[in-house]
Amino acid sequence: MIEIRNLKKSFKKNQVLNNLDLEISTPGIFAVLGPNGSGKTTLIKCILGMVLPDSGQILFDGIPVMHEWQYRRRISYLPQIARFPENLTVSELLHMIRDVRQQPSHEQEIIRMFELEPFIKSRLGTLSGGTRQKVNLVLTFMYDSPVIILDEPTAGLDPVALIALKELIHAERKNGKVILITTHVMSFVEELADEVVFLLDGRIRFKGSVNALKSRCGEDNLERAIARLLKGECIPDDNLSGADGQGSAFPKTAGSGLKSQHHV
Amino acid sequence: MFKILKYTLSDLMRSKWVYIYTTFYLVLTTALFWLSNDLAKVIISLMNVVLVLSPLIAALFATLYHHQSREFTELLLAQPVRRTAIFLGQYFGVAMSMSVSLAAGLGVPFLFYGLLVSAQVWNFATLLLAGIALSLIFSALAFYVALRTENKIKGFSLTILIWLFFAVIYDGLFLLLLVLFNDYPLDNFALGASVLNPLNLSRMLILMKLDISALMSYSGAVFQRFLGTAAGIGVAAFCLAAWIAIPIFGIRKTALTKDF
Repeated sequence: MIEIRNLKKSFKKNQVLNNLDLEISTPGIFAVLGPNGSGKTTLIKCILGMVLPDSGQILFDGIPVMHEWQYRRRISYLPQIARFPENLTVSELLHMIRDVRQQPSHEQEIIRMFELEPFIKSRLGTLSGGTRQKVNLVLTFMYDSPVIILDEPTAGLDPVALIALKELIHAERKNGKVILITTHVMSFVEELADEVVFLLDGRIRFKGSVNALKSRCGEDNLERAIARLLKGECIPDDNLSGADGQGSAFPKTAGSGLKSQHHV
Repeated sequence: MFKILKYTLSDLMRSKWVYIYTTFYLVLTTALFWLSNDLAKVIISLMNVVLVLSPLIAALFATLYHHQSREFTELLLAQPVRRTAIFLGQYFGVAMSMSVSLAAGLGVPFLFYGLLVSAQVWNFATLLLAGIALSLIFSALAFYVALRTENKIKGFSLTILIWLFFAVIYDGLFLLLLVLFNDYPLDNFALGASVLNPLNLSRMLILMKLDISALMSYSGAVFQRFLGTAAGIGVAAFCLAAWIAIPIFGIRKTALTKDF
């Protein structure tokens, strides 16, 4: 479904993606993990065509995505920051996105799930951060796209909304979707993810199931397993993409770390 | 593109700043009519305000809109839409709302004071078209600068500087050169230099239309000879169109290659 080969991207002197290879061909939930600045968001934005790679190729259903736009019909994307035109109301925004996409949508169902009915006529500028994130989620889940990309979906959500979100993700998984999630909340990953894709310094250092990662690192706790991965203590040799022998000497950048699960 | 334009417009048409801007022109025009009932005089007084203010406000508005809608632009970029459609749609949305504000703010009092039955219809149309052209030009320049600069303050300063250059510095340099090279025939230089600055060009068009070029003495005669002809008007229109087209082309090009 998504095939990435030798992807390179640098912002000025900062090499963000460094010969990254990734192939996602089966449906399921893929958690993209990595410390801050490891290239998660850049990778996602490359898939969406928002960031144009310096070299390498991204194939979506076998077709290169560079300067294409039609393929985005088959992707739903939840951006990290939910900010909208202040003067539009929620229903106008929904109407606008529907108008732009021209695809069948089922927003009423999602609106009910997140209990957004009272806000439907409110102006977006007056909504709280959490409510805006819910609107953001409605925009993402109202389409029946084969690929769903969520960048930090849990930000600002209350526990009720979080449960609704998890149910939604589970339901979409059952429908055979490919779901890519970036998050720093490890409990979320443990609960949902079929596979972990671990990024460090612009490469994929591990791709496999949560259990495979745990047993590889000899830890029961995913957070600790990730921490050991960051320290370079348990590098899996089979799943490394772009391994070049320097894997054991991971640079110190990993220190920026993963936030713990405090806001769940 | 038209969808994005439509929504940008409907967003801006509810921004209070658009109304403040429109109200300003309404109040100013009405006040001028209070002072004088002569439409031609009001047009001249307005000219000086419109030529300086409309490009500045259009530039500031375009910059602010671009920065304010950045996250939303990112959301649109992830939708199945062409990049150029997004940015050109936003640009034309801002430019059109500025033009509508100007047209409403000036037009309503003029209509009320009997524009249609006066001899000044075409003079007023020239003023309005010049104001609209300047709004289009400077919002395009500002949009282009905003797209090219990551740093908001830097982009903002650069935009103000561009406006300042054309509104003030250009004339200063122009006069300085005229004084320095006083001994040489400068007709064509003066003409060329004025045509290259969209603000001066608009001012000249209005003054010529009002037939008060005599106020401009010697150079007025030169301009009258040039702009009085169909070819002259053609060149002037072409220059204004080029001033609009070149930054729009820049917006298009940047939109295709930029990372978000």
